[in-house]
Amino acid sequence: MDSELGVIAVLIAVVVCLVPIFSIYFSVNRTCKTKNPNVTSTKRTKPASVMIIAGSGGHTKEILSLVSSLGSHYSPRFYVIANTDKMSQQKIEALEAEKIKISNKMEYSIHTIPRSREVRQSWLTTVLSTAYATLYSFPLVFRLKPEVILCNGPGTCIPLCMAGLVLKIFGRDLKIVYAESICRVETLSLSGKILYYVADSLLVQWPSLHQKYPGSTYIGRLV
Amino acid sequence: MSVFVTVGTTKFDNLINTVTKYSAIKAFQDLGYNRLVLQTGAGKIQKELDQLEELDKFTVEHYDFKPSITEDIESASLVISHAGAGSILETLGAKKPLLVVINEDLMGNHQLELAYQLYRDQHLYYCECSTFVETLKSSDFTKLKPFPDKKPKLFVDYLDNLLGFK
Repeated sequence: MDSELGVIAVLIAVVVCLVPIFSIYFSVNRTCKTKNPNVTSTKRTKPASVMIIAGSGGHTKEILSLVSSLGSHYSPRFYVIANTDKMSQQKIEALEAEKIKISNKMEYSIHTIPRSREVRQSWLTTVLSTAYATLYSFPLVFRLKPEVILCNGPGTCIPLCMAGLVLKIFGRDLKIVYAESICRVETLSLSGKILYYVADSLLVQWPSLHQKYPGSTYIGRLV
Repeated sequence: MSVFVTVGTTKFDNLINTVTKYSAIKAFQDLGYNRLVLQTGAGKIQKELDQLEELDKFTVEHYDFKPSITEDIESASLVISHAGAGSILETLGAKKPLLVVINEDLMGNHQLELAYQLYRDQHLYYCECSTFVETLKSSDFTKLKPFPDKKPKLFVDYLDNLLGFK
């Protein structure tokens, strides 16, 4: 029940924020309608910029474990963290210190946005805080224009992915990849349920979850 | 042979109390263990542990947090953990026998899904504080199946394909 209300709250907040941004963007700025040079039939050589959304705690740990195995052709890397999350920043810096030893180049930046939903936050205030986070998220995504958005929840990633969706609508070649936590065996998380309809690829780590959500992708355990 | 108990970043004083009771220490000794290392987390258990009576041929050590518990897992013959994914995956990754103790306060919480699934897959045993000693005594840890190593390449290949790098 709580989670359903949460879904509704987040959706309302995002839609409320989307409408004005959508209309302003559509009337003022059409520069995003760039052509799409990366047709998948030819092998890509140019690096891909990636936005990595670090959720906090276990979410951060899982996503950084995925990022650590990615090659240097995923660069630059734009990390987004919630403004209340000090631990994630330290972990990102530690990971990038390892990557720099291999590539000899500093290829990342860290960006902070307000948290959209704290644990056990009520659905009414979730509408407000998600709206607030959304106002921060859109300019960030529009400015950085990543080619991949990589996330695994919780709520902070929703407004960023919605902004990514808007970029896609305007013709940007962008892949939104959501990797559900290994903790989710039976049900998708709140973020997973929303992004099931938005992400290009929603990876789950258990076959049972894939059976329940056939639109998801199961390639095995990721972490 | 030592036992390592970890509660992660949370507090779970009931677990620490359970594993330091006379009946639990006795069970550890009967199973051949002579050392107990406790990572006690954010709970308020420290003082009470200092008052534990000196035990014959059995040492108890404890601390609240460390940046990494990898070493303690590596040097343990048995790990007793809360149901947190981080501790569970690190222990199974190190191929150590694992007994997860479920915090009754979290019953119905999705965070327990992982422990239940890994029990069904025979990678660990689980119990509650109230059933800890009997579970410890009755569990045959040699019957647990080794947890397969993670394959980072799966994700890398998948993403490379999606982006057209391959």
